[in-house]
Amino acid sequence: MITFIQQFLNGLTIGSFYAFIALGYSLVYAIMKLINFAHGDLFALGSYVAYSFLVWSAAALASVLGLWGALVVAMVVAAISVAIAGLVMERVAYRPIYPAGRLPAVVSALGVSIFIENFIMLVWGPRYQAYRSSFVPVGYFQIGELRISVLQVVILISAVILLGFLYWLIERTTFGAAVRATAQDRETAALMGIDFRKVIRFVFTVGPALGAIAGVMVGLYYRQISFSMGWVYGLKAFVATILGGIGNIPGAMVGGILLGILEAMFAGYVSAAWKDVIVFLVLMLILIFRPRGLLGEKVAEKV
Amino acid sequence: MLLSVERISVYYGAVEALREVSLQVDEGQMVGVLGANGAGKTTLLKAISGLVPVKGGTIVFQGKELTGIPPHEIALMGVTHVPEGRGIFPTLTVEENLNLGAYGRPKDEVARAKERVFALFPVLQERRRQLAGTLSGGEQQMLALGRGLMRNPRVMLLDEPSLGLAPILVEEVFKTIRGINREQGVTILLVEQNARKALNLVEYGYVLETGRIVIEGPAEELRADERVRAAYLGGRAIRGR
Repeated sequence: MITFIQQFLNGLTIGSFYAFIALGYSLVYAIMKLINFAHGDLFALGSYVAYSFLVWSAAALASVLGLWGALVVAMVVAAISVAIAGLVMERVAYRPIYPAGRLPAVVSALGVSIFIENFIMLVWGPRYQAYRSSFVPVGYFQIGELRISVLQVVILISAVILLGFLYWLIERTTFGAAVRATAQDRETAALMGIDFRKVIRFVFTVGPALGAIAGVMVGLYYRQISFSMGWVYGLKAFVATILGGIGNIPGAMVGGILLGILEAMFAGYVSAAWKDVIVFLVLMLILIFRPRGLLGEKVAEKV
Repeated sequence: MLLSVERISVYYGAVEALREVSLQVDEGQMVGVLGANGAGKTTLLKAISGLVPVKGGTIVFQGKELTGIPPHEIALMGVTHVPEGRGIFPTLTVEENLNLGAYGRPKDEVARAKERVFALFPVLQERRRQLAGTLSGGEQQMLALGRGLMRNPRVMLLDEPSLGLAPILVEEVFKTIRGINREQGVTILLVEQNARKALNLVEYGYVLETGRIVIEGPAEELRADERVRAAYLGGRAIRGR
C-alpha cells in the first residue's frame, strides 16, 4: 500500500510535468496544425535559464524573499525568457514558411530543436548541471511510513492551480472560446473579429512559458539537468498529448497525468529500467485503437 | 452609398475568379447576387470581408477603403459575413458562438445583444448550453444569423442561407432575413442560388456568371428578363448549366 501511494504521488508529480509540456504541444497544434518539435527544448532552456539565474542570485534573493520567494522569481524569469524565445522562434522559423504548407514547418521545427539543444550545450556545456542543494527545499512530511517531500507537495499544488487557471481561461472565458474557435475554423474566426496573429502570439507565449515552468520544477525535483533532456521529456509529453487527444486542452492535462501515473506504477511494480518502454507502448496502442486520443474530437479533416 | 464595390478582380493562383465586378448597396437596402455554382458569388463576399485578396479595384464601406484591411478589422467595422455552410463552431456551445459574434465588445453590450437575439430566436435561448454541432440544420442557420446580428452590423453578407435546408425551413429562413432587413433595418447583401426566392426578397439584383456581372437591375425587372427566366427561374433551359 505504501508503495502504491508513494508511486501514485510520484506519478502525479511526473504527470504534471508532462501535462505542462503537453499543453504547449496541444495549444500550438490546435491553432497551427503544427507539431512543434522544438517545444521540448524550450522546456530544457527554461530549466537552464532558472539554473543560471539561481546560481547568480539565489543567495541575495533568498535573504530578502526567502528560498521559496527566490524560486518563484526564478520561475517567472524562466517563463518570461522562454516565452520570448517562443515568440522569436515563431517569427523566425515558422512564420516565413507557413505559406509553404504544414510539412516544411515540421522540418523547420526539428531544425529549431537541434538549434536550441546545441545552443544549450555551447552555453552551459555538455556535462550534467546540478541544481545546488542550497536552492532546493529539503523538508518532508512523514505520515507513518509514507514520506512526501515538501517540494513535491508544492509542485502538485502549483500544478493544480496553474492547470486549473489555464482550463478556466480556455474553456470558460470568451477569449478561450476565441482560441477554440480559431482552432476549429480560422477563416470564420476572423469573421468574428478575432485577430489570428493575437491567437498565435498567445499560444507561442503560454506554451513555452508553461514548458519553462516544468523545466524549473524538473530541475528542482531531480536536481540534475542536461542539454538533451528536452528530447526525452518532449517525446514523452508528446505521447501524453496524443494520449489525451492532440489539440484538446483538457486532453493534454489528462494525458500527461495518466502517463505519469502509468510510468510510476510500472517503475514501482515491474521494472524501472523499462519505464520508457511502457510510455511508447502506450503510444502504439493509442495510435492503433484510438488515434484521436482519449478526449480527442473527430480527426476527420478536409485535406 | 453604404457599400460600393468598383471593378474588383480576384485570382486564385492563375485562375481568374472575379473580373472587374462592381456593385452598390445602399443603406437599408437588400441586394441580391444570383448565379450558378462556381460563378464567383462566395468569392465576391470573401473579397468584401477581406478573406481573399483583391487585385485591382476598390471596395469602399462608409467612405473607407476596405481592400488590404485584414478580415478581423473589417468585421469590427460592422461588416458581418455569415459564410456558406453557416460557419458555426460545432464544439462550442450556442452561447459561446453568440458571444463570439460580438467579440471584443464590452460585457453589458454583449448581454443586451444576446437578449435581442434570444427574443428573435427563442429556440437559441432554450439551447444556449448545448454544443452548436448538436443543433438541427435549421437551428444552426438561426444561430448563424443570430450570431451575425450580435454586433449590430451595418451590413450583413449572407452566403446561401438556404443551402441544405428543407423547403419549409427555407421559407422560414427567408422570412427571418426579410425581418432582419425590414424591422431591424440591417442592410443585407444576399448571395443565392435559389434565384426565384431571392428575387422575391431583394430590391435590386446582380447576376454573376463565370466571375462577371452579366445582368443587373431592380428585382421586378430581373424577374421579367428573358435571360434570367431561362437560366435561373426554371424557364426552358437553354444552356447546359
